[in-house]
Amino acid sequence: MKVKVLSRNPDDYVRETQYDIQRVPRNYDPSLHPFEVPREYARALNATKLERVFAKPFLASLDGHRDGVHCLAKHRTSLSTLLSGSCDGQVKVWNLTERFVRGNSCSFLWNLLLHGKEEEPLNTILGKTVFTGLDHHQKEGVFATCGQQVDIWDEQRSSPIRSFTWGVDSFSSVRFNPVETELLASCGSDRSVVLYDMRESTPLRKVIMKMRTNTVCWNPMEAYYFTSANEDYNLYTYDMRHLDKPVMVHMDHVSAVLDVDYSPTGREFVSASFDKTIRIFPKNAGHSREVYHTKRMQHVICVKWSSDNKYVLSGSDEMNIRLWKANAAEKLGVLSPRERQATNYNQKLKEKFQYHPQIRRIARHRHLPKNIYHQAKELRVMKAARHRKESNVRKHSKPGTVPLVAEKEKHVVTVVK
Amino acid sequence: MGKLRERKVSSKKANKHPVEAEMKEEEEEEEEEDEVRSDDEDSDEDERKRHKLVEAIRALSGKRKKPLVERSEAAVLMSEFTVAPGSDGDRVQLSELIGTVEQTPSVPSRATKQLKNLEHSNRTVECPLSRQESERIHRDVAFQRTASEVSRWSSTISHNQRVEQQVFPLHQEPLAPRPVERVVSGWKPQTPLEQEVMALLSANKQPITNPVLTPVEEASMKAMSLEEAKIRRAELQKARALQSYYESKTRRERKIKSKKYHRVQNKGKRKEFLKQFDAMVEKDPGAALEELQKMEVARMKERMSLKHQNSGKWARSKAVMAKYDEGARRAMQQQLEVNKDLTQKLVSTLDQEEKEEEEEEEEVAAEGAAGDVHNPWMRGKLSEDPSEREDQQSVEVDVKETENAAEEEEEEEDEEAEEAALLREFERKRRERHVQKAEPEVFETVEKLLVQADHTHNSALEEGLMRIRTVEDLEELPADPEPPLPEAPPPSEPEPPAPPITAPKAGKKRKGIQLKEVLTKETEVIDVGLKPTTEDQEDQDQESGQRGLIKEAFAGDDVISDFLKEKRKQEDEGRPKDLDLTLPGWGEWGGTGLKPSRKKRRRFRVKAPPPPPRKDQQLPSVIISEKRNGALSLHQINSLPFPFESHAQFQSTMRSPLGRTWNTERTVKKVTKPRVITRLGAIIEPMSKEELVKDRKNKCNL
Repeated sequence: MKVKVLSRNPDDYVRETQYDIQRVPRNYDPSLHPFEVPREYARALNATKLERVFAKPFLASLDGHRDGVHCLAKHRTSLSTLLSGSCDGQVKVWNLTERFVRGNSCSFLWNLLLHGKEEEPLNTILGKTVFTGLDHHQKEGVFATCGQQVDIWDEQRSSPIRSFTWGVDSFSSVRFNPVETELLASCGSDRSVVLYDMRESTPLRKVIMKMRTNTVCWNPMEAYYFTSANEDYNLYTYDMRHLDKPVMVHMDHVSAVLDVDYSPTGREFVSASFDKTIRIFPKNAGHSREVYHTKRMQHVICVKWSSDNKYVLSGSDEMNIRLWKANAAEKLGVLSPRERQATNYNQKLKEKFQYHPQIRRIARHRHLPKNIYHQAKELRVMKAARHRKESNVRKHSKPGTVPLVAEKEKHVVTVVK
Repeated sequence: MGKLRERKVSSKKANKHPVEAEMKEEEEEEEEEDEVRSDDEDSDEDERKRHKLVEAIRALSGKRKKPLVERSEAAVLMSEFTVAPGSDGDRVQLSELIGTVEQTPSVPSRATKQLKNLEHSNRTVECPLSRQESERIHRDVAFQRTASEVSRWSSTISHNQRVEQQVFPLHQEPLAPRPVERVVSGWKPQTPLEQEVMALLSANKQPITNPVLTPVEEASMKAMSLEEAKIRRAELQKARALQSYYESKTRRERKIKSKKYHRVQNKGKRKEFLKQFDAMVEKDPGAALEELQKMEVARMKERMSLKHQNSGKWARSKAVMAKYDEGARRAMQQQLEVNKDLTQKLVSTLDQEEKEEEEEEEEVAAEGAAGDVHNPWMRGKLSEDPSEREDQQSVEVDVKETENAAEEEEEEEDEEAEEAALLREFERKRRERHVQKAEPEVFETVEKLLVQADHTHNSALEEGLMRIRTVEDLEELPADPEPPLPEAPPPSEPEPPAPPITAPKAGKKRKGIQLKEVLTKETEVIDVGLKPTTEDQEDQDQESGQRGLIKEAFAGDDVISDFLKEKRKQEDEGRPKDLDLTLPGWGEWGGTGLKPSRKKRRRFRVKAPPPPPRKDQQLPSVIISEKRNGALSLHQINSLPFPFESHAQFQSTMRSPLGRTWNTERTVKKVTKPRVITRLGAIIEPMSKEELVKDRKNKCNL
């Protein structure tokens, strides 16, 4: 007679050392694991829902200013240091980890770069005209200001080493290119964006748009792309070599866009708008992937993306600086390996099934304040009407007389050489 | 040009300067030449006088006019608008200026000549470009330059856009351990012990601060660089290849059957050896002596091994006589047996049992018959072993040559023990691979054969063998997805193409198998697939018992008929219904209990057209629902999304699962790699120009 016994050989299931991975006997035969697509679809759906559940982007509010926050500056080497200037001429230095004002000082320049110690400026420059914008060179001790003209200053000198004018009397902002460090861009009051090279004696080129540009920001990873925040509710990404047509038009705001800043990875940018929201756009997408708003946040005037790619900082009219997560549903802090694997897998699943209607619907859903919601709707209706009228005109006129104009071409008036 | 510019200077401004005042005087001298001009001069003088008068009057009044404040420093930029456009009369003529030049003695005569020529020529110099125009050109040139400079990033940018994973920050510090001295700068020995150690180090000229490690240590810390490793690997590969070439060569040579070839080879070798030996005798007699001894030992060994072989003189003579003489034959037989005993290989312990069994059987069996007849498997296995097969053959045939060859082989094996070991290993692996490939086919074919043969047996005998019962069991089984036996072709007609091809294959593999012999016993079970098959007959009794139990438990369930009923129901539901348009009471009496007449009903019935053929019409065991499920369509995509170009492409991406349920750990890791990796708390600097250099270097390497 045969006797069958259960046999358990520890070699089959016991780890040799504590650092080995647990052995999991697994049969990958597909016939044993059927319905892979539906199962993964369900997982993707759950991941998408959970992402929405965990999407809590607001982290902290820094209050202390007694007027609207007008500008923000990141520290080049310290992540936790933030500088902010308000409209009453106060400049504050923040330590973000403690949410604590380390010192404040008043200066006639409304941005601060030359301060070493608190309370007293190291160096004071008396300009002949009002300065409206300031940016520092990426590496050298050179900075640029704008006002009536664009000036390039050396930190050691009291007069500008170079100044550019081109038929405009007012510039609203100036930005250095962080990659090709000798290039600059500024926004003029004649609805133009002007490009400069520090080494040349003349500006390079100017593009005039239908409405005024408020700020520009260069992509820190792609030397010749910059994005401009426009009064016509849109943002435009340009290739600086071909200014006659923007590479991409980013629409979604329902009021003038006031500030824009790129993420340090150069894949996304954040924009602040007069419509009291912040939006995050992928650099090559026409619509935003995220919108942040709170009940108390008023017109957002300035915005910055932190240099570790994790946070977004916004300064708004109602005297507060707000700290947001750049990725709303992301878990902050150190992740365990299994957790990281799970998030990676979920991320890929969401990407894989993003075209499925249910998943797309959930992933795209955002709550918006009532007025913004209605305004967006109104704008949509207006746009549709315009489009309809145009197509009607085209239909009833001689073929070829009313050409189709691409959206990208509609907003540029001319390029001045 | 400078001269031309001077033309623009107005006479009014010129008045202020004494030099130009002189010029004025000169002009006055030239009054005679130009009358109109002189008139102007008069009016100018009048003007001046008038001014003087007015000022004098003002001075009298006592109310002093505030003098205009002017910046006295020289302006860097001279605006063109400050120059007043004078009237025609105020213009300075070139000839006037030249006139003074002629009079001054310091100007060389050549220059004056040139100027005179210029005066006579009528050609006008081109007007310089306006400032706007020239700036525009400057700007354009500058822009083109910058644009081309910026364009050098394009390859880097496009590469980064395409790359699957990007790690930020771009400049990662290497993770190698760094000496403390390098991390903490400005360290100085403070305690006496430290000072002592430092003194020692400096005395021995050991590196203290920079570099901290000696070059040897540095090298050892780096262990082996990638290039070194690559070189080493290449060397190893080459060595291995050479070895394998050598091995294959020797093998090929050994396989050559020609005796003459080997004889020639051996002769050559011997000659070579003798030559060497001679040389050695002259050079090193001691070594030669040793060699001689070795040869002697080898000869002795060979002699010993040749004992009782049939190659001796006696044996040969006996072989000649064996045909006719009984005694000689017996003697030869005896000698062969002794030889066999002597040359028999030592058997390993594992085979001991089998051998014992064999021996037992051999005792029973006749002495001449080799192996056991009853176990064909055993026999097949035995026949595989070449040496033993030779042994068997040796009894019947004259095997002197083969024996010799075998022994020669053995000797060679001793010589090339290492090579051979390696070679055998390879050979074995390859054979295994072949067998693995062949196995499923072979097993399948074998099993088919078995089944077929079984049938023939059954039909021929019509007796209650064990196999029959199992086959019936198989037939009885209702929900078998593919019952092979009931649908198998009748035994008289064999499966047309497959068996003739495969059967001899199997036959070759196991030479002595005879189906009948096999079938009288219980077959060995060969598990083919992963799914449990019903033909598993390892413990048949138990299984049939189990089956019986299940049958008993589910006696009431008639799954098949239920299924058929459901299918019929579905078909009926899918069929369009006839439309009955009869109106009760129309043209007749109506009311309860009254039915419209059959004629009428037939007349007003609209027959539905026959439905299109169902998809599952030909599939007896499947129901395919042809209704569209509304709940499902919510989750389905109705158009091809953007980046995909075809449905097939999209479907293939959808179908390939990402999870670890379906993929191995490594695949999952590879597939779920995130696009961007950032380090916690690390500042990501903008791209620097080093990236460009790196990119170029990479290109060069590629």
